[in-house]
Amino acid sequence: MTTITTTDSTSQDSVDNGVNVEALLGAREAMTAMPAAAAFTFSAQSEWVNGTHASTTVEKFFGIGEEQTHRRAFVLDTDHPQIFASEDHGISPPEMVLVSLVGCLTAGIASVAQNRGIQLRSVKATIAGDMDLQGILGIDGDVRNGFNGITVRYDIDANATREEIEAVVAQSQKRSAVFDIVTNPTNVTVEVA
Amino acid sequence: MHTTVTIIGAGQAGLAMSRCLTERSIDHVVLERGEVANSWRTERWDSLRLLTPNWMTRLPSHRYEGNDPDGYMTAQEVIGFLAGYGERIDAPVRTHTEVESVVTTSSGFRTTTTTGVIDSAAVVVATGACSTPRIPAIAAELPSRMHQLTPIDYRNPDALGNGRVLVVGGSASGAQIADELRRHGRDVVIAVGDHVRLPRTYRGMDIHWWMDTVGILDERYDEMEDIGRARRLPSLQLVGTPEKRTLDLNALHGVGVELVGRFAGVSGTTAQFSGSFTNFCAAADLKLGRLLDTIDEFAADHGLDAELAAPERPERTVLPTAPTTLDLGSVDTVVWATGFRPDYPWLEGDLLDRKGQIVHDGGVMNRPGMYVLGLPFARRRKSSFLDGVGPDAQDLSGHLAQHLDTLATAAS
Repeated sequence: MTTITTTDSTSQDSVDNGVNVEALLGAREAMTAMPAAAAFTFSAQSEWVNGTHASTTVEKFFGIGEEQTHRRAFVLDTDHPQIFASEDHGISPPEMVLVSLVGCLTAGIASVAQNRGIQLRSVKATIAGDMDLQGILGIDGDVRNGFNGITVRYDIDANATREEIEAVVAQSQKRSAVFDIVTNPTNVTVEVA
Repeated sequence: MHTTVTIIGAGQAGLAMSRCLTERSIDHVVLERGEVANSWRTERWDSLRLLTPNWMTRLPSHRYEGNDPDGYMTAQEVIGFLAGYGERIDAPVRTHTEVESVVTTSSGFRTTTTTGVIDSAAVVVATGACSTPRIPAIAAELPSRMHQLTPIDYRNPDALGNGRVLVVGGSASGAQIADELRRHGRDVVIAVGDHVRLPRTYRGMDIHWWMDTVGILDERYDEMEDIGRARRLPSLQLVGTPEKRTLDLNALHGVGVELVGRFAGVSGTTAQFSGSFTNFCAAADLKLGRLLDTIDEFAADHGLDAELAAPERPERTVLPTAPTTLDLGSVDTVVWATGFRPDYPWLEGDLLDRKGQIVHDGGVMNRPGMYVLGLPFARRRKSSFLDGVGPDAQDLSGHLAQHLDTLATAAS
């Protein structure tokens, strides 16, 4: 049995979560025929400002065989909070990961809901990650630097049963880039010019 | 040698096709690298039983006639059943004959084997879906002292060392092996990703009876919205035991198997497991709920409610938080129950996709006169089950007969 609910075209047309599912399915078909088009690289340029404050610009990425450009250059500042004796010019990098994960999951929920003919009315989430600072402060070698665990709580109002909504949320995780990045190991290579 | 059809493989699929061709008076030969039911003889563990109840063992003109229709056949019994079938239908089997290549010729196909060459107008590939285990690349990163095996090599708990066993994969094979090892006192960890959870019985009836009766097993490949996805579904988390017990993750936890997420990587001497375990459990529970809803609707629509036990829902999968790492120093043995992906070095490259799998449309391959049987959801959801090869063989032998007629007309 498939987990994609079969919907007739009328119910699909009247559902609008703002996601262009036809375009996504078209891209999927095109990339099945030409896998090279699916090879993307995302990147960012970063510069230290002062203290723990870094300024990172995201403008270009590579995909569908050529360099692509965002509508504008996005600049994101990251820093540490004042309680860390810092200046709080931006959110902390671990918080940026939480922003990233919840953004990816929410985008997925909207897309899956659109594909399944489910009209979303409101989707709210609270995400939290527990971190024991004894790790990054080098106090206890048995404590990891990163999060011990991340919890996400979704509050969704939609024209669907609870099980249908839970299934949309499950499918979003299954096909989420950041969920994969966070839950599975990823090689990171850092070099000095 | 010349014949009309070459069938490769004398398991249930090859024999079923043989019977269908005999019924149509089409000459053929069945090539078998070992003995009839070879895989059942050489690639099954000692305690293995079918997942499907005996009454579901139905092949063209031969079905289970024993006195335990609701029981589950052992591998030995399957061998006996198939060997008996082969004899009963007088299948023209050439044993100890391995196929080296199948090439297209101007008059059909030339099959080169270890015992000679066969020219035929048509070829049926019936070598099964489970000939080659698919082992993830991380296997190469495990310490060389570790004993690594697959369900094809596994026979019984005594054949493994005494230490901790890591079973990778929570579908039927992985769950059954983990369960057996644990019941024999081993320390077992099972790494589970995507899986399909089912109760053995529901409202008093075997779950396969439900899937058969509701028509799920007969769903056709061309009716599915995403056939690729349907074909990649993990095998059902079931076991066939006289007690008809359910084998799900709650049950494994109940006997003391430790559950972790999908085996995702190796870092030094540490195994890494995915943090997605909770989601896969939630997804399996939801999928199970949808199946039981379908069954309850069917029962109500067909007036069956009065004869059945009341509807109910199994408990959600509730497990302790799974660790994401494991010290490999504590593990002696790894069982890769990570599925199968047959390979076909003996077939021409243009018949295969970029992953080396046979390209086909409901079992009709990309070359007139070539067919494949027994692959997951090839024509029907049950195509790779014992009970599925018969209907598929009936369909494809009809298509094959028409193909032969076309050739005859063209030649005249």
